Amino acid sequence: MLLSEVSLHDPVFRLAPLVIFLPLAGVILNLLIGRRLGELGAGLIACLAGAGAFAVSAALAFGLKSSPEGAIVLIWRWFQVGNLDLNWSLKVDTLSVTMMLVVSGVGTLIHIYATRYMHSDVRHHHEPGRYTRFFVFFNLFLAAMMVLVSADNFLMLFVGWEGVGLCSYLLIGFWFEGGEGGLGNARAAKKAFVVNRIGDFGLLIAIFIMLGAFGSLEFSRVFAAAPAVTATAPGVVLAITLFMLLGVTGKSAQLPLFVWLPDAMAGPTPVSALIHAATMVTAGVYLVARSQPLFVQAPLAADVVLWVGAITALFAGTIAVGQYDIKKVLAYSTISQLGFMVAAVGMGAVVAGMFHLITHAFFKALLFLAAGSVILALEEADHGHDLQDAQDMRVMGGLRSRLPVTFWTFLIGALALSGLVPLAGFFSKDEILVAAQQKSPAVFIILLAAAFLTAFYMARQVFLVFFGRPRSGAAEHARENPPLITVPLIALALLSIFGGVLNLPGVHTLEHWLEHSLNVTPAKFVLWIALVSLAVLAAAVTLAWLLYGRKPRATAREADPLAARLGGLYRALEARWKVDEFYSWLVVRPFERAAEFLSSIFDLKLINGLGDGLGALVQSLSTAASRIQNGFVRSYTLVFLVGVTAILAYLLLR
Amino acid sequence: MNSDLLTILLPTLALTGWALLLLLVDLWIPREHKGITAVLAAAGLAAALGLTLSQGRLPAMTDSTVMVISDGYALFLDVLFLASGLAGVALAHEYLKRANIANGEYYALLLFSVAGMMLMAHAYNLILIFLALELLSIPLYILSGINRPRLESEESALKYFLLGAFSSGFVLYGTALIYGATARTDLPGIFAALQSAPVNPVIFILGAVLLLVGLAYKVSAVPFHMWTPDVYEGAPTPVTGFMAVAVKAAGFAVLGRILMAAFPTVGKDLTPILWALAALTMLVGNLAAITQKSIKRMLAYSSIAHAGYLLMALVPFSNRLVNSDVQASLLFYLVAYALTGLGAWAVVTALEKQNGDGLKLEDYAGLGKSHPWLALAMTVFMLSFTGIPLTLGFWGKFYLFRTAIEGGFTLLAVIGVVTSLISAYYYLRVLMYMYMRAGSPSVERAPWLQVTAVAAALAVVLISFIPNVLLNLAGNSLLLLP
Repeated sequence: MLLSEVSLHDPVFRLAPLVIFLPLAGVILNLLIGRRLGELGAGLIACLAGAGAFAVSAALAFGLKSSPEGAIVLIWRWFQVGNLDLNWSLKVDTLSVTMMLVVSGVGTLIHIYATRYMHSDVRHHHEPGRYTRFFVFFNLFLAAMMVLVSADNFLMLFVGWEGVGLCSYLLIGFWFEGGEGGLGNARAAKKAFVVNRIGDFGLLIAIFIMLGAFGSLEFSRVFAAAPAVTATAPGVVLAITLFMLLGVTGKSAQLPLFVWLPDAMAGPTPVSALIHAATMVTAGVYLVARSQPLFVQAPLAADVVLWVGAITALFAGTIAVGQYDIKKVLAYSTISQLGFMVAAVGMGAVVAGMFHLITHAFFKALLFLAAGSVILALEEADHGHDLQDAQDMRVMGGLRSRLPVTFWTFLIGALALSGLVPLAGFFSKDEILVAAQQKSPAVFIILLAAAFLTAFYMARQVFLVFFGRPRSGAAEHARENPPLITVPLIALALLSIFGGVLNLPGVHTLEHWLEHSLNVTPAKFVLWIALVSLAVLAAAVTLAWLLYGRKPRATAREADPLAARLGGLYRALEARWKVDEFYSWLVVRPFERAAEFLSSIFDLKLINGLGDGLGALVQSLSTAASRIQNGFVRSYTLVFLVGVTAILAYLLLR
Repeated sequence: MNSDLLTILLPTLALTGWALLLLLVDLWIPREHKGITAVLAAAGLAAALGLTLSQGRLPAMTDSTVMVISDGYALFLDVLFLASGLAGVALAHEYLKRANIANGEYYALLLFSVAGMMLMAHAYNLILIFLALELLSIPLYILSGINRPRLESEESALKYFLLGAFSSGFVLYGTALIYGATARTDLPGIFAALQSAPVNPVIFILGAVLLLVGLAYKVSAVPFHMWTPDVYEGAPTPVTGFMAVAVKAAGFAVLGRILMAAFPTVGKDLTPILWALAALTMLVGNLAAITQKSIKRMLAYSSIAHAGYLLMALVPFSNRLVNSDVQASLLFYLVAYALTGLGAWAVVTALEKQNGDGLKLEDYAGLGKSHPWLALAMTVFMLSFTGIPLTLGFWGKFYLFRTAIEGGFTLLAVIGVVTSLISAYYYLRVLMYMYMRAGSPSVERAPWLQVTAVAAALAVVLISFIPNVLLNLAGNSLLLLP
């Protein structure tokens, strides 16, 4: 069974299952003996599991260099029903290995960071026992994410898709007793799960239709049959891709299902960095990239993807401008950047989308981890416990000199995200903008506006957090974190600086790498677009400096300078366009009212009454049945005789 | 005596001979070492089991006088009886010491009864069936009363004996009438006579019904079940467990053989009667179990209810198309019921105290905390009795209902499902007491009981993952049809 029937071009591909099994081994080890090993041992196991997966991914990448066509590695014949033959098999090709490298590479750095971060966090919450649990979930997430990206069929991909959703739920609600009213975090976790389920439902429907139309869920077979199916029934592929898009909007937090991601910041910061910035939320982008042959057959669906992405990029960018929570700003920024990627894959610029996915994983993980470093420093310096919210940027300020490493790395991340040449974000965003300009001017302008907002809110955040004077005692006494925190920051900062090398204009390493898995259209470098985007960046930073940098806010309570200038518009941004309230009015409350009716009237009165009545009836029958049992042999024989007589009477009278 | 007869009856005869020897040897075994007798009895049963298994490859055959038969059906049941006998020994050993009735007769009588059961499975003639029935029953009358100074035990023995004698009369009467109508007592002869010779239908059907009634008493089908709760409650618990499982299986063994081998042509007359008996038994058994406070009475009614389910398998007996399913589902259910029942009775035995206390449902309160393994085993048994998946009981009911539906008796299957639903109430109540009520139950230190309970629970769960294996085994244990 194991791998026996596959002929592999390179024996190194046989290692592929380890990318799943190593993190899984970490899960099992930590489940069994994590508690006994203590924090050092549990953290070490988790980090080694991640590092091992990264080593295997790197080995696979080297294998692909010599035989770029890759391989399909069979682990297990899952089941066979009729003509449907489903396997657990891994697709080792340049696209999946790229994702593996990102997931395990960035993941391992975040694991290392988390060993120190969670050390403080569990003490801050007075629950040191939960340290191991965190890493069990974290490794489980890695395993599930690996299943997702390495699947060679849609069902296995769906298993991973659900698996990462579960881990996301578990980790958002890691401090499930915390949050507003002791329920806030649990509610956030539930919201993430439910909203994601809506998207998952879409993906599931897409898989069902696919099964009906193609009779298979294997990537290679489905993609090979796509043109033929489109020729006979064009609506089928369109339906599949549109339902798939619903899944994408759930997992990758796009309009209209983006609402869960900001709430997901309730999870510990490493979770936000790993799951809700670098890896899981990009699964939707990966799905569209992987399913490119289907989207090619359904241009309409591809256009919808493009527009969803572009509008989300702008929409989320506006909200980020009005937030004060250091992580919420980054969350909306993530949604916005995911919009860039989704738009890119929607317009067929798959390489640009993947490129941005990779660089974004670097600098957004960096930003989250640096934000976590700020939060941690504030919490540790908050001796008087007078800090209401250690994530509120209004109580920060002046941290530049106090947290120098965190400041510099955060600044690098912010600049990379904003697209400063020659940092990573510049190249990847530029590729998307070039593709957008060729596709449609409207999309180009929308994305340019989103890029402007990106640079603006990032500059605002840097000014609010690091410049000016400290606006609380905790910020005043904050001190830099130990190396376990700062070294991953520096590593990610280096990646954010040099990540652009992956696909430099004129060299196109990533493009040539991915062309073995995807249909690539060669990207161009257009000088004027690069200059325009740099000008936009300069304008945004200048504007932010005028508003927040020139005369920094002095106290925590002051109103935002934009509030006076924009008035109602700013309040709308601050209130996140009231999308949550709208959904609550549209869906949640009617649903709750219906549930209330079903539970109190229908269930309690009718169904329960019916049940109680039946129970009482059965009880009385039972009492009657055992009353005949009086203990006298004579009456037993009588019953016996009555029985015989009844049978004979029946035979006579029938 | 011809050689076929010897071959067929070899395990039965060996067991009988061993039991006779055991009676003698036991005289020299001191009272405080009756464990030796128990081991000897178990060895005899194991030897007979080995002999039976060694016959597994024999072709189906009868002896020249058509008195006995050996076929897959009989051998399958032999194994079941012998295994139940082994469990009966395991259940009894510590109990007898505890109740201060450690007499060697217990084991010899148990062996005689098992020999009677095996004879029942092999009997191919109404006369021999009657003899086997008596050989099976008389030791049990004594065993019920073996706890002699206790009134309940004596009452139990007397009631069982009186009503047993009454029902034996019916079997004998039925045999006589059938002989009167067909001039035959061997089953294939009766079958042949019904097809060729002119038979007085009234006399024959009267005989068949009386025979049926006599056997319905043995398997405690309603309305011939009245003895069951009283006898089961009063008899020593290991005896009850053995009766509830093995006697029922023996009754169904012979009922199934007579119906399928001799009576298939009168299905039109007998099927409605069996239908009504099955439906009534399921309903009354399950309904009456609900109000019971004593676990022994509750399980007694439960055993009545399961007799109803087993009868359901026999309702389509005359339909040749589903004949193999009838047999397979009957045998499968007997195994599922035996494993579940013996395990449950082992737990009950473990909780019973010397003075006969510890048999109320309340006595199970807190068992989940104090004896988690025993409680878990009991949970498995209760769920299996109810027919909940991941237990053998589920598959047993599943195949039974399927047989009923294939035979065209959908309403009966519906009754089966509904009564199973009702049964959840009293089975799950045991779990409720064990896990949700506080209490400190005392459990006797009885390793063999625990081994039996845990082994049975494991079997109930593990075999439920490979039900096909057991079903194929049951389906291949064919009953020889004339």
